[in-house]
Amino acid sequence: MNRTVLDLWVGIFVAIGIAAVMFLALKVGNLSSAHLSDTYVLQAKFDNIGGLKVRGPVKSAGVVVGRIVDITFDPATYEAVVTMNVDGRYQFPKDTFAAIYTAGLLGEQFIGFDVGGDEKMLKAGDVITKTQSAVVLEKLISQFLFSKAADGQETK
Amino acid sequence: MFNPLALVRKLGHAAVNRIWRLGFATRFLFGILKYSGTSFRRLHLTLREIYFSGVLSLLIIVVSGLFVGMVLGLQGYETLQRYGSTEALGILVALSLTRELGPVVAGLLFASRAGSSVTAEIGLMKSTEQLKAMDMMAVDPIARVVAPRFWGGVISMPLLAALFSAMGVIGGWLVGVVFIGVDDGAFWSQMQAGVDFRYDIVNGIIKSFVFGIAVSLIAVFEGYDSAPTAEGVSRAITRTVVTSALAILALDFVLTSFMFRGAS
Repeated sequence: MNRTVLDLWVGIFVAIGIAAVMFLALKVGNLSSAHLSDTYVLQAKFDNIGGLKVRGPVKSAGVVVGRIVDITFDPATYEAVVTMNVDGRYQFPKDTFAAIYTAGLLGEQFIGFDVGGDEKMLKAGDVITKTQSAVVLEKLISQFLFSKAADGQETK
Repeated sequence: MFNPLALVRKLGHAAVNRIWRLGFATRFLFGILKYSGTSFRRLHLTLREIYFSGVLSLLIIVVSGLFVGMVLGLQGYETLQRYGSTEALGILVALSLTRELGPVVAGLLFASRAGSSVTAEIGLMKSTEQLKAMDMMAVDPIARVVAPRFWGGVISMPLLAALFSAMGVIGGWLVGVVFIGVDDGAFWSQMQAGVDFRYDIVNGIIKSFVFGIAVSLIAVFEGYDSAPTAEGVSRAITRTVVTSALAILALDFVLTSFMFRGAS
């Protein structure tokens, strides 16, 4: 086969392959949207993190503002310490409230920031003290059932 | 008469043979790496092999990628609609393709499409004593014949696997969104939220790269090691396809257990 034709075909092949990788990266993957360039670290302590996972999102007003990078257990206080990378473009007040929410009934869990009114902002490495643990569905149901049972006894 | 000692001896012979071939293949790989300077200095040798194993495999990769994606779309929709979460179809299709099906099925197709023809070519060259003739002319057959074919396969394989995954996603989109009517925005946004570039896509490319090395090495080795007869070449081709398939599936398990261990 003619060498120039062969070169052309190999060039087309490599171009198609690179286009496929670009398609996977930009259209299928999250390289374009959720890429956090400069981030700062925040920590939060929770009594119970439920099903929270590393790499899960951190949201404020429903917008993804960061990612969970690490979850550890603090043996001194018996609390879960969640380390987050928060997008450097966003600053949050000192009295920001971190809660664990669930997307939908069975969806993934994420940390939601409910912003307070403090003048001072959280700095890198700060620990968020005001937190709300994950809602454990079993606990909720059992509480509901017990209170129902108690109601039934009282009315007798 | 039945002789148990002969049976044990046979087993030992088979085991020694296997181990000897494994060692030979490893030394062969180092030989290829040692002489692979030629295949990059005289780049047209490698380009020719990329053409034969990569460009000519395009059609089968594109078509089967599309169909695998379409089947995933149909079956995924069928199961997901029971739980009322058909929007998750996008992430299902994309994750199963980029993590597993893309590299593995593309690797299996590559082994049977390109690996077998490389084995046949080298085996036939050996049986017609072309390799010996090269040796006589002081041309190293490993540098001139084997290394370019090896590198052609190693370079082609990740590109083909990425193309397979991309076509599969398009196939899943075609069935899920265009034919069945899953919401277009939810399909893509769920996919983008769930597929991580470094964790899912790059790991898939690493897998396909490893499979490319394995399949190419097996193909050139079986061709080079084949008995120089018609029957020997045909046996070598069969062994290439079978060994490649087993190697891909076994390596896939090993790589998966390292890459996706418990995280997320």
